[in-house]
Amino acid sequence: MTVDASRGADAPPELVQLLTPEGERVEHPDYDIDLTPEEVRSLYRDLVLVRRVDLEAVALQRQGELGIWASLLGQEAAQIGSGRALTDADMAFPTYREHGVAWCRDVDPVKLLGMFRGVNHGGWDPKEHNFHLYTIVIGSQTLHAVGYAMGIQRDDATAATIAYFGDGATSQGDVNESFIWASVFNAPIVFFCQNNQWAISEPLEKQTRIPLYRRASGFGFPGVRVDGNDVFACLAVTRQALKNAREGQGPMLIEAFTYRMGAHTSSDDPTRYRVASELEAWKLKDPIERVKAYLFKNELADQAYFDSIEAEADQLGADLRARCLAMPDPEPLAIFDHVYSEPHALIDEERAQYAAYLEGFER
Amino acid sequence: MRREFKLPDVGEGLTEAEIVRWHVRPGDEVKVNQIVVEIETAKSIVELPIPWDGQVTGLLADEGQTVDVGGPIIAIETGEPADPQTAALAEDLVPAPPAEGAVEPGAHGSPAPKEERQAVLVGYGVKTGATRRRTRRTTSTIPADPVANPSRVELEGPPSGAAPQPATATGAGRAALAKPPVRKLAKDLGVDLATLTGTGPQGSITREDVRAATASQPQPEPQAQAQPQAGEERIPVKGVRKMTAQAMVASAFTAPHVTEFLQVDVTETMDAVRRLRTLPDFAEVKVSPLLLVAKAVLTAARRHPMINSSWDEAAQEIVVKHYVNLGIAAATPRGLVVPNVKNAHQLSLPGLAAELAQLTETARAGRTQPAEMAGGTITITNVGVFGVDAGTPILNPGESAILAFGQVRDMPWVVDGALAVRKVTTLALSFDHRVVDGELGSLFLRDVGAMLEDPLRMLAWS
Repeated sequence: MTVDASRGADAPPELVQLLTPEGERVEHPDYDIDLTPEEVRSLYRDLVLVRRVDLEAVALQRQGELGIWASLLGQEAAQIGSGRALTDADMAFPTYREHGVAWCRDVDPVKLLGMFRGVNHGGWDPKEHNFHLYTIVIGSQTLHAVGYAMGIQRDDATAATIAYFGDGATSQGDVNESFIWASVFNAPIVFFCQNNQWAISEPLEKQTRIPLYRRASGFGFPGVRVDGNDVFACLAVTRQALKNAREGQGPMLIEAFTYRMGAHTSSDDPTRYRVASELEAWKLKDPIERVKAYLFKNELADQAYFDSIEAEADQLGADLRARCLAMPDPEPLAIFDHVYSEPHALIDEERAQYAAYLEGFER
Repeated sequence: MRREFKLPDVGEGLTEAEIVRWHVRPGDEVKVNQIVVEIETAKSIVELPIPWDGQVTGLLADEGQTVDVGGPIIAIETGEPADPQTAALAEDLVPAPPAEGAVEPGAHGSPAPKEERQAVLVGYGVKTGATRRRTRRTTSTIPADPVANPSRVELEGPPSGAAPQPATATGAGRAALAKPPVRKLAKDLGVDLATLTGTGPQGSITREDVRAATASQPQPEPQAQAQPQAGEERIPVKGVRKMTAQAMVASAFTAPHVTEFLQVDVTETMDAVRRLRTLPDFAEVKVSPLLLVAKAVLTAARRHPMINSSWDEAAQEIVVKHYVNLGIAAATPRGLVVPNVKNAHQLSLPGLAAELAQLTETARAGRTQPAEMAGGTITITNVGVFGVDAGTPILNPGESAILAFGQVRDMPWVVDGALAVRKVTTLALSFDHRVVDGELGSLFLRDVGAMLEDPLRMLAWS
């Protein structure tokens, strides 16, 4: 007997949406959210500011001040929505593109630039922000995140973990292994997949034959697809998923359906593999414009407010630029500083050797 | 204060880029992050934002010029007072010239002669010749064991790298000490490492040693850059010209070309073009003879699928395409480009007309993207627009056939046994003889000709 694996997969994917691209508020039976005007304005502010941070970083790369940069353009709502759902005790494990989540975790944007400028390997203390260092290896952070979540379980703490990854990472062994461990141990973790449609030049249809969120059911936990350009929906769904995880209901997969409007990184040229009309279509679903339209239509903000946010963004960009250029080159011996958390004999020896080597040069 | 913006490495280890288009002119006011120039690197076309507010005082590189990473491309008067400290900070991004000795020519100038360059991850590429490197102290000041570390386990012995080596050990009977890049340099310059005495650590041979050896060697006749003779002009080969040359050489010397010719009376086709133009469906689009040639090629390709295929040398297979990405060779300001209409076989005639118009317009504006040129399966080149009858076109690499469409002109022609003045053109079909035999090529060409002679056949064979 054969089982029709695709049965049910033919049904059109369901998308949780609370704010349409036109800025109309819509209801959803399972996920809803009640936001004060002040909260909506602050979400808007975050979206605009992280986009500005990103634009400034792209420009700095184009001016030779950063070696490379991975732009978040188009994914602001997925990151701000999910990032704002976290409590202080929750722990986030990012890829290298989660500049918006970093913002929500109070990581100073200039600290994000250090690694891309080559002056450090991370730039912030993960413990201080409960925001792990950027991970370049695709998908490996999901295993770290599950391990951390199992630690929360064993500490009997009330917190959850969130692991960020992309559509391409779902094809990695690490991600699938982390799904299995999370499921079997009922770990308090939310898998937050930003499906931005492209794994560098590989389109989604080369990653999967079913909507990604449906993969979760095969591992034994729920999955949901949310409009990744809708900050309300991303906030509502992630908040619920984290709450469930903290209350012992186990993992959940959130597929934030979004679009990478820029290049994969500054070294990539997307015009070589995707057509311009696709980008144009997604521009109509811009995550920021819909919140602006909502605020405007409902008279929750006026032009003066929008102008003040723009001015704040410009100031932030100029400030980021100045502080980036002023970042000092690292001391050569600093490379040994954070290899181990505690003193380590071999590292001490290597540090001493390297110091002696440096001493061998004339001043 | 006058500041020069230097060409950055925008893509992890690039060494040069071509200036495609300036967006500003001397005298223009610019703001931070305003796009001032488009450059074309080995990877992509990239827009560069300027890092300062100010006024453009000079463009230091011309459009079409290839500039090394680190070369200044635009000068800006920022209006700030020249503060030596900040100036030094900004200039520090590029390594200073060596403290001793003269600055080599071109180290700071724009189009410097080609020099070996290290790929760097951040900032400007580094010229090896211009790298500021601190000198090692004399060997005697280094303790034999650099680390007197009591925690060292005796069993490990001294670290192998630190073992003191008498400098004389480089003598005969021992392989010369040199790092792989230095060995490569020596090989390239024809220097025998065994003949050198190293000045590096442990008597190893350095780049400088190798260079010094070449300087002392009798110089071969300098392979001077060919200087233009009187009455000659030398144009550097780059950009589209370079790509075209590579593609044409690759095609001409891998695919054995055969070209066949056919003269065709296209009076009916010209009439059909005229009548199509009056139809409401074609009100919005341009109807040209090329449109019907394209339709005839698509129809004939369906009748003879092998013509629309490619030779896969690696797999020793012929790949027959059941779709047509129809290439159109277009003369553009930047040179020859061959964008293609994707899935042209699925398009209606008005749809095809619209696509052809858009494709040629994009090409003429110089905005054709690489994706639009990739994946072609068969090509038409309209040499008639240049006022010639025929040519022997070279295949677009990866394709098996290309049709040249000559000019249409009034010619004496025999119709029903009597001489008449008719509209006549010449078709020339080149094909890859590895894939397409003379018979198939002839059948295809004859079918295209027959459809142009009597467009009704396009209906019959559609």
